[in-house]
Amino acid sequence: MSCWQTIQDYGLRSVGIGERLLPREDFTLCHQFTLIGSGMIWNIYFGVLALCLGFFLATALAMGKASSRAVFRKPAQWFIFIFRGSPLFIQFFFGYFLFLNLKSVYPIFDPFTAAWLGALIVLFLNTAAYSAEIFYGALLSIPKGDTEAADAYGMSGWSRFKRVIWPTMLRLAWPAYTNEAIFLFHATALVFFSGFPAWQQRGDALYYANYFADKTFNPFVPYPILAGYFILLTLVIVGVFGLVNARLNRHLPQNMRRKMRLRPNLIR
Amino acid sequence: MFSYCTEPDTLASLAWLTCYLTTGAHMSLYMSVFVVLLLIAITAPVALLFGFGGASAARSAFPPLSWLGKGYIAIVRGVPDIAFFLFFVIALDQAIEWLRHQALCPDWSEPIRQGNDFVVCQAAKMPLGNAPQWVHETYGFSLAVLTFAIVFGAFAANVLFGAMRAVPRAQLETAEAYGMTERQTFWRVLVPQMWVYALPGLSNLWMVLIKATPLLFLLGVEDIVYWARELGGTKTPRFTDYPHGDWRMWYFLALLVFYLIFTRISEVALDKLMARLTRGQATAAGEAQRKAVA
Repeated sequence: MSCWQTIQDYGLRSVGIGERLLPREDFTLCHQFTLIGSGMIWNIYFGVLALCLGFFLATALAMGKASSRAVFRKPAQWFIFIFRGSPLFIQFFFGYFLFLNLKSVYPIFDPFTAAWLGALIVLFLNTAAYSAEIFYGALLSIPKGDTEAADAYGMSGWSRFKRVIWPTMLRLAWPAYTNEAIFLFHATALVFFSGFPAWQQRGDALYYANYFADKTFNPFVPYPILAGYFILLTLVIVGVFGLVNARLNRHLPQNMRRKMRLRPNLIR
Repeated sequence: MFSYCTEPDTLASLAWLTCYLTTGAHMSLYMSVFVVLLLIAITAPVALLFGFGGASAARSAFPPLSWLGKGYIAIVRGVPDIAFFLFFVIALDQAIEWLRHQALCPDWSEPIRQGNDFVVCQAAKMPLGNAPQWVHETYGFSLAVLTFAIVFGAFAANVLFGAMRAVPRAQLETAEAYGMTERQTFWRVLVPQMWVYALPGLSNLWMVLIKATPLLFLLGVEDIVYWARELGGTKTPRFTDYPHGDWRMWYFLALLVFYLIFTRISEVALDKLMARLTRGQATAAGEAQRKAVA
């Protein structure tokens, strides 16, 4: 069987298109590359959606945490503490079993026990909390002159937020937020190891890598392939976020721009 | 455990709960909390050692050594840590068995990788097939510790490498001007000073280490996640005196709270430590402390 045939059969296997049975023997390199790559679809799906949705909640939470009114501040603080203070792995388990219990009472929660929605919600809340902390830190370090200038122009409320505070906050937070994005994508690899079942063996990249490692009892092929895919993904994220960073900083002289720095010490 | 626990189905809810929470299986759950603490206690110093080695290697003047150190640091950047955990456990296990195989069975002629199997001679099996249960468990736990140490060593190496570069260049130049050798400069000037710069990163790492402990479950150790799943599952009266529905949600809620408390305590303790270490330092935080007192 040619490699092209394998790609046709298994290229979209992780979303249920193509060959139904996973290969059972004679694992070729092509099999492993194709299936693990196919699993990356899920990692990208979880990462992109959680990041995009989480961005808005994170902004709201950061504003809440920086608020002077306890009604907004306390809930935001607790939310951030709970999601940053506990392991994501446990959050996944808890979320899954919570949805399982809810499902037995209200049938409407049925889709929530599937990974595509349930895990997405957990990831969304988790990344919102982590990003909110980053945004909050950026809010605190907005130069005083910027807000004073906004006041001097007679801006207040929404226009002050939209034109001065929010763009400055994003600009200051962006390097750290890039790291958060990278580690969110890495965290998506946990999904199918934490309660959420891989329905009809439609799993993410790590799920398939683990499948091959179990079947061939040889971890030295599938895991480096997985690593290669994730490094590629990381490079893409760094590139895209770098473009956004350049746009956010376009009004500044070259030497004032904040450098992008990769700081890898984050596990959830 | 208590004397009134002999007939559980006759008890009132609170008494029932006290009996339920002190069954033998629950004792194993509480013991596994100590397994987690033990893991942290062993991993932290070992990882720090690995990290120190990695960081020293990375700034070595000898290129291959420096590449090795930088490569070790770089592996954590692009790849999910969970993949490392899954990889290293099998890889280490096979590496140990392969080494023992080479040493113990030199006249073995068949290949080790036969298709999808990894075959070594009986004497090279690790642990030996006839070893008692506790040896298997200890071996599994040691592999897990080593895996954690390798992964967190890479994190720590990154932090320490940054801290070593943060030490002001003038300090090292002064040492050289006094005629210290490279080794002396490293041990007498660089290493004592780098800790102040490394502490924020290391305390962050400590929090990360706490939060990574549930991953022990994936390495096949019977840790708290394992027991929470076991104990929480639906129990029918046929197999236990304490039948109940699916309580896994509550068990994981308890774990969540456990980790939150653990994190909080560490946070407070690390803040205290940081305050203690910045006292009298010529940093912004030290300056702020002086001002606050005055």
